[in-house]
Formats: sequence, structure tokens, C-alpha cells
Amino acid sequence: MKLSTVLHGQTFSFSSVKEVLAKANEEKSGDILAGLAAASGLERIAAKVVLSEFLISDLRENPVVPYEDDEVTRMIQDGVDEEVYRRIRGWTMAQLREYILDYNTTEQDLKTLSRGLTAEVIAGVCKLMSNLDLIYAANKIRITATCNTTIGERGCLSTRLQPNHATDNVEGITASLLEGLSYGCGDALLGLNPVNDAVAGLSDVLKRFDEIKNRYEIPTQICVLGHITTQIEAVKRGAPCDMIFQSIAGSQKGNSAFGFSAETVREALALLQERGTAKGPDVLYFETGQGSELSSDAHHGADQVTMEARCYGFARPFHPFMVNTVVGFIGPEYLYDSRQVIRAGLEDHFMGKLTGLPMGCDCCYTNHMLADQNDIENLSLLLAGAGVNYILGVPAGDDVMLNYQTNAYHDANTIREILNLRPIRAFEQWLERMGIMENGRLTARAGDPTLFTAGR
Amino acid sequence: MLDEKLVEEIVRAVLEQLEAERDCCKICGGENPCRDIASKECRQTTLLAEPADAEAMRRMKKRTTARIGVGRTGPRLNTQTLLTLRADHAKARDAVFLDVPPEFVEGLGLFTVQSRCVEKNQFLTRPDLGRQLCEEGEAAIRSRCTPNPDVQIFLADGLSSTAIEANAETILAILIEGLRQRGFTVGTPFFVRFGRVGIEDQVAEILGAKVVCVLIGERPGLGSAESMSAYIAYNARVGMPEARRTVVSNIHRDGINAAEAGAYLVDLIEKVYREKASGVALRQ
Repeated sequence: MKLSTVLHGQTFSFSSVKEVLAKANEEKSGDILAGLAAASGLERIAAKVVLSEFLISDLRENPVVPYEDDEVTRMIQDGVDEEVYRRIRGWTMAQLREYILDYNTTEQDLKTLSRGLTAEVIAGVCKLMSNLDLIYAANKIRITATCNTTIGERGCLSTRLQPNHATDNVEGITASLLEGLSYGCGDALLGLNPVNDAVAGLSDVLKRFDEIKNRYEIPTQICVLGHITTQIEAVKRGAPCDMIFQSIAGSQKGNSAFGFSAETVREALALLQERGTAKGPDVLYFETGQGSELSSDAHHGADQVTMEARCYGFARPFHPFMVNTVVGFIGPEYLYDSRQVIRAGLEDHFMGKLTGLPMGCDCCYTNHMLADQNDIENLSLLLAGAGVNYILGVPAGDDVMLNYQTNAYHDANTIREILNLRPIRAFEQWLERMGIMENGRLTARAGDPTLFTAGR
Repeated sequence: MLDEKLVEEIVRAVLEQLEAERDCCKICGGENPCRDIASKECRQTTLLAEPADAEAMRRMKKRTTARIGVGRTGPRLNTQTLLTLRADHAKARDAVFLDVPPEFVEGLGLFTVQSRCVEKNQFLTRPDLGRQLCEEGEAAIRSRCTPNPDVQIFLADGLSSTAIEANAETILAILIEGLRQRGFTVGTPFFVRFGRVGIEDQVAEILGAKVVCVLIGERPGLGSAESMSAYIAYNARVGMPEARRTVVSNIHRDGINAAEAGAYLVDLIEKVYREKASGVALRQ
């Protein structure tokens, strides 16, 4: 393994695989904050050159967090299909990139390849790709998953309807929910972020979601995104629940800062298989986002793209129904501006797909970042082009509880119409029955939340 | 008869003038009054042309601050909704990126110190530097503040200068007066430019304060750019866990207003002082 190179007459030397991975990253304020970023533009490219000559085995044998110290590393390493790995271990990273982009490499080839890759390899090849590479490669892969309905089919773009409320008022949540449904949103999930992470409040909202889902016979999924342990308790006490959610990190220490471990996820899965309201088999929902490990000092000196890839490695064995990166939520100290957010969104989506996950993206921004709604509209169109499973939908793009902005209810069908995409088929048929959609377009009635209550 | 006619004429003239005043805009002189699309009244109006159930629509809008009943053109937002969103975002961005005016701080009778950040973008990308006073700042509080107070209160801009301008005067006056009335010694207040919450640990250490409380601008949402938080800690030390802070957030006109928040904080600080604990260790 060679750790140095000459570029434009200058010699660049690195001391470890971890350092090469970090310095090969596209510029991110979080890597600068962590003191890991390349010191110059040329050093960044030198690191990419060195990385491109690493063998797949070099990256597998040098995980950024030691196997002995970390359950995420152990899950990733133990999950590798050794037969696939033996076939590719001698490839350079440059070869891996070209294999992924090659016309002769089919979707099935990529899904087989995926089983032989560790998170560090996936992060590494991501760092060698341009934005359009990331879009093209991700678009080759579709990952479906089934809860009540099946998400991720080619030709589909779904949405998680997020009807958040400043005080968790159930009637207020319902008002936002009906507005969203009337725009054709909600085929991935009806999912609320609660203000109060308490069993009683969370159960009240789940009951309301369940009532609405049953009353209008909506083919979709429901979830209230409290802490995993709160959701487990709610289900144990009989709350109707299709899916359990948790934010995850790329290290055991990061997950522990979030207050759970792999064992907690196994418990949630077993509980839902027994008492959940969904058909399944895929009943988990994970969220990620570059920088969260650094924010809890759980990054082990590794860069944020590599740690993000490790989140996906952690998620894979649990067969989630949905995974999304909340890409612009964390703030400018990790992703400074729209350029960095758009890059991160494309990276995360590609890495998740290559890991074999049904990836969505919360294309979002906070008000202290150098980004605005235009940037988020750009990112969502790019990701829809890359074949993202779902994006978010909130009233007019403004989340009144989380105080950030993401896609508006209006965006999903705009993008569908531009790129000739549809909701999940069963949901589209429901929209047609409700008179909200016709031939993939919104009808005159669409956008009226009272169409659900009128005459009842 | 004549008198009656005269009265009638006068009444008509007055009415006409009133009518004219109502129609004519005082701001631009135009025929109709200028309408502020960001006003409460405009937000409460349903833009959806013909809801199937208008009464239900009104009810729904009352139950949430979310932007529902906004209607559409094709699949897209109406122009008014789009421009209102842009206006709210602009206000939020200004709260983050504009400084608290020095005259405002002087008007409160406070002096200003700075964190180790030298400009706004550094402040946004280096939270670690925003948690430390610069050398001059450290010297200034050493020389200008009364040492070893029971309670040290100070302001920091944080992520919203607007929050400071909207709330600081009221909350600071009530808080300081309230604490003094209960017999506490209150340290000399000041303002930190480019300050983050954690800077209170260093302030408490330098001044030997038993309880420290920073009043700081919150990251603005589109709903309010004026929201302030108070972070209180007992015996704060640099490097202590975040779980040792007690926080009161959402201090603004439409949340807990500054006067109410001031009174509440007096009680809370007294409790922290008596129980010698803050954050998760404080039984609330």
C-alpha cells in the first residue's frame, strides 16, 4: 500500500488510510472543524490519487474504528460475503469506480458487488466520484422494501408526509396531514416528529394516524418518531404502529450517545414482528446525516463521509423499510452552504444505495446556513433523477416544529410530472379513487384538505 | 331648515373624508391601503379558492401554525405564499447575519466583549471558538465585573440578534430586580458578541459566580426570528457535561413573553441556587 504521490511536481505523503480517506473528501466545514480536511486543493486531489491506487483489501483491513472496540465495525466486517470479497479484493479503487459506471455492469451485478463491500470501501469510491457520477451510479440501482406497501420500484417517487405541530395538538396534526394527502403526499409514510417524547402523547398520535389510515383505507405506513425506547414502550402498551424509527450513527459510541445499541434495534424488530400493525417484513426506519458523530465526539478521528457510510453498514442487517439522510439539518459547522449540502445529499444517497438500502432524503436546510429553498428544490430534482425512493413533504416547505425547511407538499408532484414518475401504485390508485390524481396529475380537487371532511 | 342642511352637509363632508382616508394608503398614497402579506391577518386567510367545506377549512387553520389551506397553481405554490415564505426566510437570515447594533447595547448600559471569533462566518463554522472569550474580553470582565456574585447574568447574540433587540431590555430589568429583591447579589451584566452557550462556563469560572445564566438568541425558524433562550448552570466549569444546564427556551412575543420569562427565571434561579444543582440533577 502506497501512502504518497507526486502531483504537479510536489510530493504528498500521508500517514494512514484514515488520513487519506479524510483528505480525499470534497470540502466540508465539518472536516475542517474536526481538523481532518486537506490543507490545500492540491493536497485534496493528491489524497484522491493515493486513494484511487489503494486495493479494496487495503480499505477492508483498515477500518477507521478498530474491530475490537466497536460493534458497528464488527457488524460491517462480519456481514461481508467472503466469496464476493475474494473475487474483488485485489481491485484498485479506481477499478472499482470504473466497474460501477461501466455499461456492462448491470443492476444485479452491483447488488452482488454490494455484499462484498465494507463501509470504508463504499466511502472511498464515493470520494472518487463527481456529482454526476454519483447520480448516474445510484440511478442504476433500485432497492425495494415492503411494509404495508412496496417502496422503491423504478418509476416511483414517494414522500414521507411530515405533519409536525408546535405543541403536538392532534387536531392540528390532522389538519396538516389531510392537507398533505390532498396533494398526493404520504405514500412512503405518515410520520410525525413529536415535540414531547412521551409514551402517552406518542400513542395518541399513532391512534389518530391508524384511524385515518383505516377510515379512508389508505395504503401506506404510519410511525411517530420518538426515541426508540419510547416507541417500544408505546407498542407494548398496545399503540398501533407499523414501523419503529431511530436516528443512527456510524460508531457504537455515537449510537450510545443517541441512547441505544444494536440490541435495542433487535428488540424493536422482534416486538413489531409480534405486535406491529404492518404486514412487513420490513418495519424499521432509520435517519442519518453527515456530522452527527463529530457532534457527539464519536467520530474516532474519521471524516464525516466515512462515518456516514458506516451508518448504512449498521442499518443493512436490519432490513429497514426506509432510510434517509437529513442532509441539511445539522448546521453550517458541518455543511457550510448549499454546495456542500447538495454534494452530501448525492453522496449519502449513492452510498446508501450501494450498501443495499432503500434510500430517501430529507432535502433540507436551517436558517443559519448559506442555503435557501431554491437549493433544496435543486437537490430534490437531482436526487429524483438519481432514483431516490422518497423525499419529504411539509406544508409549504416550512416545518413549524423542527424550525427548518424541507420540500413542500407541492414539490412531490411537480417533480413527478417533470421526470415522469408516479407514487407507489397502490397509493396512486387510492388517490384516483379519492379524486385527487388522474393520469399522474393533480385534479381540480387536489390541494383541498376539506375534501376528506365534506359531506361526512 | 338652513341649519339642518348645514349639519347634513358637514356630516357628509366628514364621512367623505373618512372614506377617503380609509381607501387612500398612508404609506404610498395609492388608492388602496398597502397590505402586508407577512401580517397575521394575511396568514390567517385561506388562499384556497373554493374549499369543499369552508367552515372546516377555517377550523383547521385555527388549529395549527403550519401553512395549510394555501392552494396552488398547477402543482406549484401561489405567488403570495411563495413571497411570504421568502419574506420570513429573509427575516430569519437577517436575525442570524446582522449584528446587534452597538447603540442598542450601550442603551442597556452594558459593555461588550467578544468571543474568540473575529467575524460572522467564523462564528457559524467554529462553535468551539464561540465558547471561549478572547483575551481582551477575559481581561475586561475581570476588571469591570463585581467578583463572586451569587448570580451572574449576561447576554450573548448567539444565532439571533433580533432576539436580543426584542427581549433583552424587559427580561434583564425584571430578572436583575427580582433577584435583588430576594436578597441575591447579582454580578455586573455585559454583552458577548459572537457568543455560544458554553461561554457561560468560562464566565462563571473567571467571576466565581455560583449561578450563571446566559440570555442568548436561538436559531430562528420561519415562525419567529425573535426567540431567546436562557441557559442556567450551578457552579459551571469549563468542560462540564451539557446535561448540567437547565434551559428555558421559546422566549418571545408569541411564546413565553419577556416579562413572564423574567419572572419565571427568578423562581428557577432561586431553586437552582437553593438546591445547588442544575440540568438533569435538578428536580423540576
